[in-house]
Amino acid sequence: MKKYAKDLLVAAVEHPHQLYVLLKLTDTQPLPEMRPGQFVEVKIEGSPTTFLRRPISINYVDRANNQLWLLVKKAGDGTRQLATLQPGDKLNLVFPLGNGFSPVKRAGERVLLVGGGVGVAPLLDYGKYLKDNGAQPIFLLGARSATDLLELDMFERIAPLHITTEDGSQGEKGFVTQHSLLKRDTFDRISVCGPKPMMVSVARYAKQANIPCEVSLENMMACGLGACLCCVEKTVKGNVCVCKEGPVFDINDLTWTI
Amino acid sequence: MADIRTNIGGLSLKNPVMTASGTFGYGIEFADLVNLEDIGGIIVKGTTLNPREGNDYPRMAETPSGMLNCVGLQNKGVDYFCQHIYPEIKDINTNMIVNVSGSSPDDYAECASRIDALDNIPAIELNISCPNVKQGGMAFGVTTKGAYEVVKAVREAYHKTLIVKLSPNVTSITDIAKVVEDAGADAVSLINTLMGMVIDTERRKPLLSIGTGGLSGPAVKPVAVRCVWQVAKAVRIPVIGLGGIMNAKDAIEFLMAGACAIEIGTANFIDPAVSVKVAQGINDWLDQHGCKSIKEIIGAAL
Repeated sequence: MKKYAKDLLVAAVEHPHQLYVLLKLTDTQPLPEMRPGQFVEVKIEGSPTTFLRRPISINYVDRANNQLWLLVKKAGDGTRQLATLQPGDKLNLVFPLGNGFSPVKRAGERVLLVGGGVGVAPLLDYGKYLKDNGAQPIFLLGARSATDLLELDMFERIAPLHITTEDGSQGEKGFVTQHSLLKRDTFDRISVCGPKPMMVSVARYAKQANIPCEVSLENMMACGLGACLCCVEKTVKGNVCVCKEGPVFDINDLTWTI
Repeated sequence: MADIRTNIGGLSLKNPVMTASGTFGYGIEFADLVNLEDIGGIIVKGTTLNPREGNDYPRMAETPSGMLNCVGLQNKGVDYFCQHIYPEIKDINTNMIVNVSGSSPDDYAECASRIDALDNIPAIELNISCPNVKQGGMAFGVTTKGAYEVVKAVREAYHKTLIVKLSPNVTSITDIAKVVEDAGADAVSLINTLMGMVIDTERRKPLLSIGTGGLSGPAVKPVAVRCVWQVAKAVRIPVIGLGGIMNAKDAIEFLMAGACAIEIGTANFIDPAVSVKVAQGINDWLDQHGCKSIKEIIGAAL
């Protein structure tokens, strides 16, 4: 898939939560082909302490409005700077990068999409893709508390949505792996994005239940192109770049203890 | 249009801008984002006689105006390079240069001699300055004896343009440069990264997997310019300058300090097309200052 380095225009900026910003970007030309689960490397202007680009997952591609959405967690100076962008500003992206989630394998397949924290971001685009291509996505999203859940209206429009919160303020109380859905339902495969402990426990559930499972990693990276070899993950094939061979990996290819 | 062609010994470059090893893969990773043939030379990832897995993650840390890395020369070995990568890059119409590393003079020489056999690789850059491996690497580049022995061994095995990449982590970089020249190098490139460290204050441990890493980016540029200026005065062979170059003005500083060509490294991560923009920017600067040739500014500050 061809990669681009170009300035996109900020069409809208939403602040769904004090810790997150949703950037809706557009271009004068149709946005290029992108796969769900791929990411972009964003150049940060105006933050003296930020030197490298920031890798951000593709949250949603709205073809009707020619928009690319980035849901960004304000984790440090660079991402906080992104939250100050205004409509009309430009943002330089290198994209699309990485492999993305698995394509639809057969019509009607039931795919459980498990997300936690800002890790829910790429699942929105993937869920939409699965639904549009004849699969049956089911969302299972986890958060600390009801106020930490993001884009629920968007998720609900696409597929059945199940929620856990650690404090029980919405959905079932506990972690995603404790949700009753996992005991009463079956799935053809699972895709996960979220904090590593969450991904490990979902991978463990999937392995025990003998369900194929892929996870999306977010190792620290520099180039995003598979050139600098900084973001490697240990796999059964040795050290491989998360930015190029990933960010999505089959759990059987990783060396995690599960 | 000024004449920005330059030479590194017998090697002709269409412009003085090359991409630094370890920051540009094998070039092909950037093919969608920059016209590779507009770059003066592409120095590909460090290659060793045997495959290396490199160091554990984490391998990088962002720092003020730069970054640390401790990749540790991960590569699939010279035979894999010759069989699988060389066919992919041999027809790119620019100087494709291989960075060579090793753990003894013999395996540096063996690796170099296998690359000598590749028609479309006109030069190698010998890495005697990698700070991130336990054996070899920088160990050869920090003593005059070690540097002389490894360059001598490679010189006997390798017959094309031999560039030797020097470490700034030494007491006197000019002493190293002089013995490298005596051992038969055609050129020197400098500087490799400066050794540094970041502590993860929550874990109360070094952030990088092996503790230390090599610092690159604009933070190191004044150190690099100083080293180039000193070495250019101390040796007769061509000097290639690198270290934190982000734009044409930075590159011109290196040229004026005595470099006949420059390499761009970390900046490729911020702007994948920076190398071509810097070459154009040098041309523009020369035009604006009434210079007909880049030769008018090389060494101007010496």
